[in-house]
Amino acid sequence: MTGVVLLEPLEFEFFQRGLFVATAASALCGLIGVFVVLRSMSYIGHGLSHAVFGGAAASTVLGVSYFVGAGVWAVLAALLIGRVSTRSPVGADAAIGVVTTASFAVGLAIQSRNGSVSSTLDTVLFGNVLAVFRRDVIAVLVVGVLVTLFVVAFRRELTFATFDPDVARTSGIPVARLDALLMVALSATVIVSARVIGALLIAAMLVLPAGTARLLTNSIGRMLWLAPLLGALFGFGGMYASWYAEVPSGAMITLVGTAVFGTAYLGVDASRRRSVRRLDDHAALV
Amino acid sequence: MTSSPALFAFEHVGCGYDGDTVIDDVDLVVHEGDFVGIVGPSGSGKTTALKALLGIVDPRYGTIRRHSGLRIGYVPQVETIDWSFPVTVFDVVALTVRHGRFRRLPRAETDRIRGIIDAIGLDGLHDRHISELSGGQQQRVFLARALAQEPDLLVLDEPASGVDVATRHELLHLLADLHRGGMTIVLTTHDINGLAAHLPRLVCFNRTVVADGPPEEVLHPYVLERTYGAPMDVLHHGGMPVVLEHRGHGPHVARGRSA
Repeated sequence: MTGVVLLEPLEFEFFQRGLFVATAASALCGLIGVFVVLRSMSYIGHGLSHAVFGGAAASTVLGVSYFVGAGVWAVLAALLIGRVSTRSPVGADAAIGVVTTASFAVGLAIQSRNGSVSSTLDTVLFGNVLAVFRRDVIAVLVVGVLVTLFVVAFRRELTFATFDPDVARTSGIPVARLDALLMVALSATVIVSARVIGALLIAAMLVLPAGTARLLTNSIGRMLWLAPLLGALFGFGGMYASWYAEVPSGAMITLVGTAVFGTAYLGVDASRRRSVRRLDDHAALV
Repeated sequence: MTSSPALFAFEHVGCGYDGDTVIDDVDLVVHEGDFVGIVGPSGSGKTTALKALLGIVDPRYGTIRRHSGLRIGYVPQVETIDWSFPVTVFDVVALTVRHGRFRRLPRAETDRIRGIIDAIGLDGLHDRHISELSGGQQQRVFLARALAQEPDLLVLDEPASGVDVATRHELLHLLADLHRGGMTIVLTTHDINGLAAHLPRLVCFNRTVVADGPPEEVLHPYVLERTYGAPMDVLHHGGMPVVLEHRGHGPHVARGRSA
């Protein structure tokens, strides 16, 4: 029975592609999400995904590739955020808010003026398994390999720069350059994930697998393999749930992730309460 | 003062942030084998001076000369550490060790790190999360991290801040042992009686160097008033200077005072 349930949608090539991209993109979000969570920069992930929507809208109207349009747009948004936050009294969080919501508004304006492209943009907003093509598979593979190589190669430096940037700098680690590379990796992850997870919901996938992994372990080394594994699980499970519930893939992937996070949160909370009670009981006996 | 080579020298150094000058016209030389306490109230620019030495803050004017190839081990204030960060005692110390990309930490390095952790009194706690340590143990983890870099100079920012008396004693003994072993140490503190008075050299600091010398010379009411901006008395007990601050009708023992 389970076999039939799992095999039935695989008869469709579009589902195979969607399942692969959802699983790989969610794993990728989980991996890069470890640093998003530990650096408390989920708002940047949220902002970048909104900015990408503007780029997607512009690329559709101009007739250029989504990856080129969204990529250029994300770089411009990141540069603008940097400029507004460093050369004005406005803080970085407000700068992100201004630049990325403006970018999102541009996307909405283009969508309302060009009815013909609105279905493509809905795909970028909410994620759609039907819109996953061969180029998306290649894009997620290339970005996935590059980001994984980057994180594995610079694991020590990224951890040090996240934990204690000042001391990392004095130890000879190029913290500013690593931060910039991490932003590039995050942007690329958002761009290749948007079409299957949806720009509105990527921010959730940047925090759910890593947040769940953080609840389950006190070691960043374990988080770095557990978060992508959980991400892959959320992507895979969410795609099947989306097929049977007939709900957009991004929504189901996020809901599966939220359910697992909630279970882990309640489980860890209960076990912590139990260990505190044991300590209290022990103290009462002494 | 000493014939040992200078490890670093501040020459008329000034630093600041966003238009505010925090330290001004600082002259300070530290030689190999020195054990120096920089004493001053909170907000007097001690941490900024350390950050300038470490290269985290650039001087606005003046020059900082460092001995060629100087290796500095830095122990930050415990209050600045994110104790919820998912790292164990071993992880914190291992972060400083460079090794081949895509490779595990070599066995020899693992053994060296374990040896440093054991030697500093944290044996059996290698795999403990940093939030599960006592105040003194937390301080030692960051001391172990600094020592793993095989430094020529150990720099500690407010090591006595936020720790109890027993931990402060432990720390003082640990640092004295390291100094006896040949380590050059510079630390900042606003705790005069608990820490600074026990060190061989004190630098009284408030935006600039007010006085520099052994405690019996610099712990003088005139110097302390200029450093802390409040009248203070100095008594001697068992050969040690004890600083008392005036508060109301009678003097009170000065401890961890912030001006």
